[in-house]
Amino acid sequence: MAEKVSLKSVLFNPLSRNNPVVVQVLGICSVLAVTAKLEPAIVMGVSVVTVLAFANVIISLLRNTIPVNIRIIVQLVVVAGLVVIVDQLLKAYAYDASKQLSVFIGLIITNCILMGRLEAFAMSNKPWPAFLDGVGNGLGYTIILVIVGFVRELFGSGTLLGYAVFPKWMYDAGYVNNGLMILPPMALIVVACIIWAQRTKDKDLCEE
Amino acid sequence: MKINKQGNVYTIVYIIVMVLVVGTALAVTSLSLKDKQQANADADKMRQILASARITATGGEIAEVFSAHITATPVYNTNGELIGDDAFTVDVANECKKQGDDRKLPVFVCQTEDDGTKYILPLYGAGLWGPIWGYISFDSDGTTVYGAYFAHQGETPGLGAEIEKSKFSSQFEGKTMFKGDRFMPVTVVKKGQKPTGNEDYVDGISGGTITSKGVAAMIDNCLVPYQAFLKSLSKEHQ
Repeated sequence: MAEKVSLKSVLFNPLSRNNPVVVQVLGICSVLAVTAKLEPAIVMGVSVVTVLAFANVIISLLRNTIPVNIRIIVQLVVVAGLVVIVDQLLKAYAYDASKQLSVFIGLIITNCILMGRLEAFAMSNKPWPAFLDGVGNGLGYTIILVIVGFVRELFGSGTLLGYAVFPKWMYDAGYVNNGLMILPPMALIVVACIIWAQRTKDKDLCEE
Repeated sequence: MKINKQGNVYTIVYIIVMVLVVGTALAVTSLSLKDKQQANADADKMRQILASARITATGGEIAEVFSAHITATPVYNTNGELIGDDAFTVDVANECKKQGDDRKLPVFVCQTEDDGTKYILPLYGAGLWGPIWGYISFDSDGTTVYGAYFAHQGETPGLGAEIEKSKFSSQFEGKTMFKGDRFMPVTVVKKGQKPTGNEDYVDGISGGTITSKGVAAMIDNCLVPYQAFLKSLSKEHQ
């Protein structure tokens, strides 16, 4: 058993001090891929929260029965099963979003955040803390996704969730959408800006 | 009795039980959602077909708009003879791989509100990273393009993916496929260039050369078999 950790810190630490994306730098590829628009970013975030929370609970419930030498396989099967179910649900109830996310839902399986949390937390904690840990880390990931998606859609396409934000007179006056924002590198640059801002505020996170 | 949780027997039984449980769960999910998923996929296909005839439909109304406009869904063979009436269920991706005469050619007959009857033909081909497909609609003379719609699975955003934008597909409107008696499908060339023959052409996407070439090859491969059908249309029209 791991040392006792407060439930509050399990839920809220991943949102800022221990954020999976900007502090642990995990799951960067999907941040890059799904954030050109805000809507798929939100759907992806919700999907990751769901998969991560349930996978954490299931692994935590099974933790005392799993044979040590096949534990990674068991974790993978649980995650893969949940991801396929989420993918099927999206296809049935959110077809447009699932079309935009295409392969990236399937690639949640390879998201390092999931395996990291299962191995590091769920394998050695009770179901309730594991559930909170999953929700916390999923939300930490979602927050970054939404911020990046917001910035990229706003400046790249001039819209938010598909609705035009800038009035027509701004375009008439010479304002142009920044096409660069749509391209993948800008996702990394926006993430880097978030990391920069966060570390300026919180000196403890700076490496020596 | 104490079970040895690290033993081989335990491990094997554990894995078998786990696979059975997960497999059952997935099978149940898949089966119970299948109808809804199929309905979504069909609605999306209808939306694309309508888009090529410049009709936009969204959400729940797609099926209604589709049945209001699409009056017939005949299937022809390469000699222009009618062989069926279920164009919607023909697997275009499969048909496009076939060579020769046994190819099924689906046609969607579309009644627009103001411009008369249009004939919509499906397209399927390969881009740079994966499949590309689309629909192209013809006026009742069988040669003038009324509208086009293209889609792709995973072309590069900002480059090859631009084929799905109306900026690209609207270039096809008004182009003709027959030059005199010769059948010459519209081709896609680099901006500023002209094709070697005297066929009609549209500008490709800068930076999306392979996708643009894919579109040209797709149009060529998918429309040539329709030659007999289109010719009979233009004869009727005269």
